[in-house]
Amino acid sequence: MEILVILVPLALMLGGAGLVAFLWSLRSGQYDDLDGAAWRAIADDDPPPQEAPAKR
Amino acid sequence: MQVTRDFSHYVRTAGEGIRHIDLAVEGVHCAGCMAKIERGLSAIPDVTLARVNLTDRRVALEWKQGTLDPVSFIDRLEELGYKAYPYETESAEETEVAESRFLLRCLGVAAFATMNVMMLSIPVWSGNVSDMLPEQRDFFHWLSALIALPAAAYAGQPFFRSAWRALSNRTTNMDVPISIGVCLALGMSVVETIHHAEHAYFDAAIMLLTFLLVGRFLDQSMRRRTRAVAGNLAALKAETAAKFVGPDEISQVPVAAIHPGDIVLLRPGERCAVDGTVIEGRSEIDQSLITGETLYVTAEQGTPVYAGSMNISGTLRVRVSAASEATLLAEIARLLDNALAARSRYMRLADRASRLYAPVVHATALITILGWVLSGASWHDAIVTGVAVLIITCPCALGLAIPTVQTVASGAMFRAGVLLNSGDAIERLAEADYVIFDKTGTLTLPDLDVTNAGDIPAEIFTLAGRLALSSHHPVAAAVAQAAGATSPIVGAVEEAGQGVRAVVEGVELRLGRPSFCGAEALIGGVILDPEASIVAFSKGSESFILSVRQGLRPDAQAVIAALKARDIGIEILSGDREPAVIAAAHALGIAEWRAGVTPADKIARIEELKRRGAKVLMVGDGMNDAPSLAAAHVSMSPISAAHLSQATADLVFLGRPLAPIVAAIDAARKALHLMRQNLWLAIGYNVLAVPVAISGVVTPLIAAAAMSGSSILVMLNSLRARSAAREIM
Repeated sequence: MEILVILVPLALMLGGAGLVAFLWSLRSGQYDDLDGAAWRAIADDDPPPQEAPAKR
Repeated sequence: MQVTRDFSHYVRTAGEGIRHIDLAVEGVHCAGCMAKIERGLSAIPDVTLARVNLTDRRVALEWKQGTLDPVSFIDRLEELGYKAYPYETESAEETEVAESRFLLRCLGVAAFATMNVMMLSIPVWSGNVSDMLPEQRDFFHWLSALIALPAAAYAGQPFFRSAWRALSNRTTNMDVPISIGVCLALGMSVVETIHHAEHAYFDAAIMLLTFLLVGRFLDQSMRRRTRAVAGNLAALKAETAAKFVGPDEISQVPVAAIHPGDIVLLRPGERCAVDGTVIEGRSEIDQSLITGETLYVTAEQGTPVYAGSMNISGTLRVRVSAASEATLLAEIARLLDNALAARSRYMRLADRASRLYAPVVHATALITILGWVLSGASWHDAIVTGVAVLIITCPCALGLAIPTVQTVASGAMFRAGVLLNSGDAIERLAEADYVIFDKTGTLTLPDLDVTNAGDIPAEIFTLAGRLALSSHHPVAAAVAQAAGATSPIVGAVEEAGQGVRAVVEGVELRLGRPSFCGAEALIGGVILDPEASIVAFSKGSESFILSVRQGLRPDAQAVIAALKARDIGIEILSGDREPAVIAAAHALGIAEWRAGVTPADKIARIEELKRRGAKVLMVGDGMNDAPSLAAAHVSMSPISAAHLSQATADLVFLGRPLAPIVAAIDAARKALHLMRQNLWLAIGYNVLAVPVAISGVVTPLIAAAAMSGSSILVMLNSLRARSAAREIM
């Protein structure tokens, strides 16, 4: 049962990391436009910015 | 005179040298629109951010200071095919957004805690029947406490605050038993853990909070969405006024940027966006949105004008006054305050349920404790059993029963074109059994229409429409709209107060007063409609008479029939004159009507119906309807209504048809039925679970299973409200 010493903190840390990630995503406004986000995932990439073609 | 558009009121500074503006955009529906707008706007040099919010139908724009005028963005969007207008977040909406984020944060914390406590609880439950050491169990209980206590303290805030507010007002609401249950469950679990006991209820308490927060959040996000749509609609109305910024220089500024004392110019065909007094000029104005009266009123120096009045013939200069200066408004405001004070007495279904529920539950817990003590159990065991009763009866399902249905039903109404202003409107609308309609702007359309278009040859009508495009007169605008005209006739001349004339292929065309077109003789032949404006059109020697008036809404007759089929009483209360009201009542088959009614009379009539036991739904749009909208049991306004009425009404419907009224009533009735059903489900579950709890055999596992089982059942039942509002008539 000594394994608990590792497993319990590990489990809590993972859970805590999940919570922190959620709070961060909330703060950065990722839940503000749920409809739009669904479409952005499958939208075509933006055309390369103006300076990009010059590099080729 | 020079006219410029000035949107500086809406521009904010967003960091170093960057300006920010939010635009409400009409017609954004899909990913294609989103990409088109973002690319189109990003292509403008110096724009640093262009991001569409598809949920709220808005665009956030940022650009380098000093280089661009916000007007250019709106013009660019116009080129792309979208109507846009700057949008200013109202404080009400801002509060909703903040509240919704707070709830989501609470929900995140509670869900995190629930999952982790559950992870610790499952070994304890299985350990209790196998070989777990008491020390290990205690260790797991302490870990659970470490997670659950801070999480509950944070995530429980919405409930604790609301319970505290209710208690300090000496009332109760659903949050009181919730808070008591959660606090007792946590407190008892800590005590039990200290005494190395077998059972702790950290999991049940925090799970309860998670489920309830789901309900709260859904409720909140639906309200937020409604507010966003309402905010966009208000912004897209683009209410501006031509303000004098110099002796003969005017600037088209948003209404929000106009202050009392400013002087604005009101041209023919414009709707006044401010309250004020005429200081120069003479004109006829249409005040039907204010008083319900369809006859035009003469405005001259000293006449008060109200926001929503339409200027018909002449140009006016208006000095803007503070709202309270106007006498009509003061009277309406006074009636409105009285009516609103009376309305707050309505008690929501949820509060009624909790008022019955809380004492019963708390008494049961107390009796359980006393009963066990009397039958010889120790105080400790008795109290543990008593708290178990509170935990198992903690109104998880009861707390979800109403918000979940409300969320689903308001979603269904939203699709039918109805926006909810207040949360308990669904319950009240479901009870309505008597509908009072205002006539002007409610049963009739707010804009003018040509009633005898069928009698006029099509090509003549089209020609009249094209000629009408050259006039600012609202009646001419109605003719142009009815004819679907888009290309004006070149060289048309407007003669003030007379009409428009033009020469096409050597034939003179005239549109305007009958005398202007030489058509006086024709008037006798037309049956004169008391409400209609008569406009004549002549082509060479031929002449025609057009009758222009506010037409009935296209489906008014069908809606009235549908309401009658639902056994709902119908009545018209109008501020307009008797002949006009009779005509509408006859056309729609409504037997009960009253004409020339003042705002105070309308309230008196509603009170009289109330005393007879009727639950009145008031549907109105005029400012004169605002007090009666507040006085009625529940109220609705079209989106074209005066600001005050729209803000007062419980529901607002969009578009030209009246059908949303019937759809809303149907959806509300179904929702109320489901709410009641959910409450019975929750009570039924308690009736089954409470004897188990009283007998003292409840384990945390049973509590957790019962709680999630009943909550999920209630949520699933609520989803049935989705199918509402398919068949309207």
